[in-house]
Amino acid sequence: MGSGNGELLNLTLKVWRQKNSKAKGSFETHQLKGISTDMSFLEMFDVLNEQLIHEGKEAIAFDHDCREGICGMCSMYINGRPHGPKGAVTTCQLHMRSFKNNDTIVVEPWRSVAFPVIKDLVVDRSAFDRIVASGGYVSVNTGNAKDANNILIPKPAADDAFAAAACIGCGACVATCKNGSAMLFVSAKVSQLALLPQGQVERKERVLKMVQQMDEEGFGNCTNTGACEAECPKEISLENIARMNREMIGASLK
Amino acid sequence: MGLTGLFLISFLVVHCFLNSFIFFNDGGLMFNIGAHFMATNWLIRAMEIVLFAGLILHMVQALILTMENRKARPVGYNVAGGSANSSWYSRSMGLLGTLLLMFLIIHLAHFWVKSRITGLPGEDANGHENLYAVMQTTFTQLWVVIVYVLAMVSLAYHLLHGFQSAFQTLGLNHKKYTPAIKAIGVGFSIIVPFIFALMPILMYAGIIK
Repeated sequence: MGSGNGELLNLTLKVWRQKNSKAKGSFETHQLKGISTDMSFLEMFDVLNEQLIHEGKEAIAFDHDCREGICGMCSMYINGRPHGPKGAVTTCQLHMRSFKNNDTIVVEPWRSVAFPVIKDLVVDRSAFDRIVASGGYVSVNTGNAKDANNILIPKPAADDAFAAAACIGCGACVATCKNGSAMLFVSAKVSQLALLPQGQVERKERVLKMVQQMDEEGFGNCTNTGACEAECPKEISLENIARMNREMIGASLK
Repeated sequence: MGLTGLFLISFLVVHCFLNSFIFFNDGGLMFNIGAHFMATNWLIRAMEIVLFAGLILHMVQALILTMENRKARPVGYNVAGGSANSSWYSRSMGLLGTLLLMFLIIHLAHFWVKSRITGLPGEDANGHENLYAVMQTTFTQLWVVIVYVLAMVSLAYHLLHGFQSAFQTLGLNHKKYTPAIKAIGVGFSIIVPFIFALMPILMYAGIIK
């Protein structure tokens, strides 16, 4: 396992187990021995699941896909923080060297009325898909592909749009917000299009529809604590929320 | 919340400015001139109604937001690590606001009720209603001074989050100007409550007579 210092950890894991969305869940405690500090947090979970299978128990369900920090699937709430104690990483990029020998690690699913638990640590984040479907797109006529430089875009606008587009829709912002607000996610999706010339045609309609869908999904309201920005694995800025507020005020007054 | 908050901040500026007349330490003559103006000017009296309306609206908005936000997370976390990513006062605006409301009820009973409803005791050398005398008697009680100072600590923390937060809510976030807004917000949040807190302290200590 890599080129680490060979240190091995003994850990106590308290993991949320829940059969399905209707069942009442509870914590389950497991002991793990000899975990390499080079392992990612998800690899540590793989080891735990193998151990459970060997014991004839059911493996813990958890979301994961790319394991390289770009898909936004891994969603564990670790010791009170989404994606664990390190800033700007997803759970797959969190390594066991961030923990100490004999640590107790509490792992919970995202908690939001809009993200119902499907099983154990897996939550249903399709609320985000419905928000994007409500207006987070640009309608383009089909035809031949145009030259990339046909539309000139100022570098600062392109940079801000790109930074907003870095959002991977993981839901850490909702998970960490004391109000369960989705403002950082929605504002990133609104911003990436509002900043670009291609997004202008549907600009007003987009923000109104996406905010309406966000409210319908049951997400809470933003009180500007800044927790989302601090926990976002892609470091999406609060400036996007202010931009969405501006877009919203502008669109409502028209 | 942002708009009503900024409106209430503008009230604090006026209130703090006029109350600072006591620092002339002239037996309250200047202060009573200010108080007389505030009590008799029709525009100010009209604004007083707007102020109460703004305050009530601010509280109603806060209650609605809080109820909606509670519904957004029916099952809470076993371990919540809020202190790792946000300030305690930004997460405690409701608590700080409730403390301020409790203070406000006491404060209105001390001064507003007396000056607007039950009447003030006598007149000063200029022949103005003597609101200053009410301040003097009120601030001879130690518990009142302590309550006022603690309330100003709550106000400071409430403003520390509220000032810059109001601009963010209104969409006023700018790479160049936001650092200035935040710096002014911190200054305002410390200086205004500090000046207010000095008033009962200095009167109790007998430095302002």
